[in-house]
Amino acid sequence: MKLSSRIHCTFQSAPFLARVERGDDNAWYLRSLHSQSPQYIGMRWAEDVGGAGDFEGVELPADFRYLREGDILRINPQGETRVLYRKNSRHNVLFFTERCNSRCLMCSQPPREVDDRHLVDEILHMIPAMSQDTTELGITGGEPTLQQDKLIKVIGAVRDYLPATSLHMLSNGRLFSYLRLAENVAAIRHPDFMIGIPLYADTADVHDFVVQAKGAFEQTLRGILNLARAGIRIELRMVIHRQTYERLPQFARFVSRNLPFVDQVVLMGLEMTGYTRSNLEALWVDPVDYQDPLEACVQALEEAAIPVHIFNHPLCLLRPALHRFARRSISDWKNIYLPECGPCTRKTECGGFFTSAKLRYSVHVRPF
Amino acid sequence: MKSGLAESFRPLEHYASSTSYSLLPFRFLRLDRDREVLTNLAGQHLVMPASTVQALVHRTLRPDTPHFRDLEAGHFLARGLVDLHAELLAAQIRTRRARLPDFTALHIFVVTLRCDHSCSYCQVSRVSEDRMSFDMSEDIADRAIALMLRSPSQQLKVEFQGGESLLNFPLVRHIVRRTRELAPDRNLQFVIATNLAFLTDEMLDFCADHGIGLSTSLDGPPDLHNANRPRPGKDAYERTITGIRRARERLGLDEVSALMTCTAASLEQPEAIIDEYVRQGFREIFLRYISPYGFALKSAVRTGYDTERFLEFYRRGLAHILHLNREGVPLRETYASILLRRMLTPFPTGYVDLQSPAGAGLSVMVYNYDGDVYASDEGRMLAAMGDITFRLGNVMRETWEDLFLNSSLLDTADRTMTESMPGCSECAFQPWCGSDPTFHYATQGDAVGHRPTSAFCRRNMEIMRHLVLLLEDDPVAARILRHWAK
Repeated sequence: MKLSSRIHCTFQSAPFLARVERGDDNAWYLRSLHSQSPQYIGMRWAEDVGGAGDFEGVELPADFRYLREGDILRINPQGETRVLYRKNSRHNVLFFTERCNSRCLMCSQPPREVDDRHLVDEILHMIPAMSQDTTELGITGGEPTLQQDKLIKVIGAVRDYLPATSLHMLSNGRLFSYLRLAENVAAIRHPDFMIGIPLYADTADVHDFVVQAKGAFEQTLRGILNLARAGIRIELRMVIHRQTYERLPQFARFVSRNLPFVDQVVLMGLEMTGYTRSNLEALWVDPVDYQDPLEACVQALEEAAIPVHIFNHPLCLLRPALHRFARRSISDWKNIYLPECGPCTRKTECGGFFTSAKLRYSVHVRPF
Repeated sequence: MKSGLAESFRPLEHYASSTSYSLLPFRFLRLDRDREVLTNLAGQHLVMPASTVQALVHRTLRPDTPHFRDLEAGHFLARGLVDLHAELLAAQIRTRRARLPDFTALHIFVVTLRCDHSCSYCQVSRVSEDRMSFDMSEDIADRAIALMLRSPSQQLKVEFQGGESLLNFPLVRHIVRRTRELAPDRNLQFVIATNLAFLTDEMLDFCADHGIGLSTSLDGPPDLHNANRPRPGKDAYERTITGIRRARERLGLDEVSALMTCTAASLEQPEAIIDEYVRQGFREIFLRYISPYGFALKSAVRTGYDTERFLEFYRRGLAHILHLNREGVPLRETYASILLRRMLTPFPTGYVDLQSPAGAGLSVMVYNYDGDVYASDEGRMLAAMGDITFRLGNVMRETWEDLFLNSSLLDTADRTMTESMPGCSECAFQPWCGSDPTFHYATQGDAVGHRPTSAFCRRNMEIMRHLVLLLEDDPVAARILRHWAK
């Protein structure tokens, strides 16, 4: 599924946000989100067009055929148009910024030092136009806490406009080492909010190495303690690769001893994109080769009554005892099955692969 | 590029601040010939070769070894970041002590001393069933309730004891109703300790209506139980089993628990006792040491045994329980579960006989039938023997302030904290252990006591050592034991 593509536009304009709508005549429209009063723009599908000459508006390519009423786009008449929100998806994210204060070895979204503050303004425009039926929404980046004031506004807007939506933010947690920030976020009192924070080791040097930032381990742990103090729910995220898999059981013990208050721990497989491609040989380990430490880790967390989930692992690469922890975690738009999966009978329970898995995947992939 | 990292990324060595390290406070103890067990300030433990510990303290342990990382992650040593280690340890210690500000949560009401049984090990004076002068009066009960409600604890557990508490059931009913009436907002829990011989349907109805649990005594198979617990008709076992069945039918499986007392006769047959618990459908058994109080002390010749024989009984019993678990029978040993929770988690455990500061008074208060207040059930038993050292006062005379502030209570608590007691302060098992001033007073004539000759110390040290060894050397047992810590 492509989330961005080039479109044809009959008018010149700066990029703008628009929601897909259908009129009483069943015709497609785009409604601009920038004006208070309704402003509608004609919309049609490129392949439906028989070269009609009098059409005014936006012509979308076949790549976007999946769009439905209520979805939101950033229309760019000159460049790539991007789908920002799909009403019927459980995988919508508010992409905050490309900037980050860490530089993880396996980052799937390599940070860029750019001024992209307009992204948050767009998000604030977009939230009131989203459906109240949205079940889940993510905040991601980059590092969202780099723009603290805007972050507070966004969480507040989600609370006000989408009262039934659960909100999950990915943050490296480092800036929460300032108790004040944790308290400010807690003060919003979002009823269903959780922060997913990566912790990659039980000792400082390995964590700092993985995130390529000295002092990050200390800041992240202080941040987690501050968030707990402020009463914010916390998910810990561990990405399993060559630099982290050996001490998975010790990691579990560290968490159960020091951070037993976390709401859940997520153990994740590598996504073969971004920096992972650059550092592939330092990171790649066949999942089949870390089943022992993975199982010991899961057991230890379970014994500590901490809910644990395994993300980004197809069932055939997990020991049967671990299957009940596997989640179908990969966002719909980048989720595939491999040619080997063809005859598999368990595809409906299996999370499959990232699109990027084609770069490298285990030789042990087998259909059930 | 050898490392597989792209050029703009720095290697692990760049992030290791230095190879030098400082030691954080920890305790250690020789576990066996070649190994030491180390505990950190919060009670997390590691077992390591003695040579590794030597290297550790001589500052020659290399950072690229797994042991080094285990020690660093466990807050035994630090490469910088001492404040962070301290903060994480502090959070665990706070968690462990989270119940301390709640103060006294367990309140024992001795509603009567009358009993139909004449058990050789009974810890309090028994009298025939018909002497009402050994019943607690409503006046006394009301004063005791008022004192109990002064406790800041949101959760209050009321335990009815005797004698045989069901022989004064009208007072049980009165206390439950009155407490509920006076404290509608508190989390109240009621348990009746009873031999179940006098259990009626009306009593069960009342228990069901008020969510009252029953705690009974089951010493083992019929012969042993009846020998330990004589009563007219010699039918103690039958009455108990019938009572358990009826109570479960009315109240539910988990509302009926049982305790065993280990006599000299029990020592020979841990397996038979455990099998009896399994046969009766219990999922938990407490292999309990006999307390040297009250009549138990007097009749020590008949029931008594030394610590080593008890430890043998305990190890055999635990081995049998672990065997049953491997066969798919889910049965926990209560004492091991309490200790394992302390060894493997940062969470508190409420067991009053193993706290620091001591549980006496701070975790438990006992209101005797005559209104006398004791800081522990054992203190009441000593008083029955004529030694009123642990009597704090009487509900009809003393106020809450008198009992808690003007008594020897706080002084004893202060003197018997394991963190500072001689022989305890440097012990590797200190973070898991507790103190029992009444026991040491009764057996050694002094609330602090003398560790090298203390049966309490010997028993707990050996049980803890045994559990550490099982966790370390027997993976199947370790799996089961870790589950008990939950």
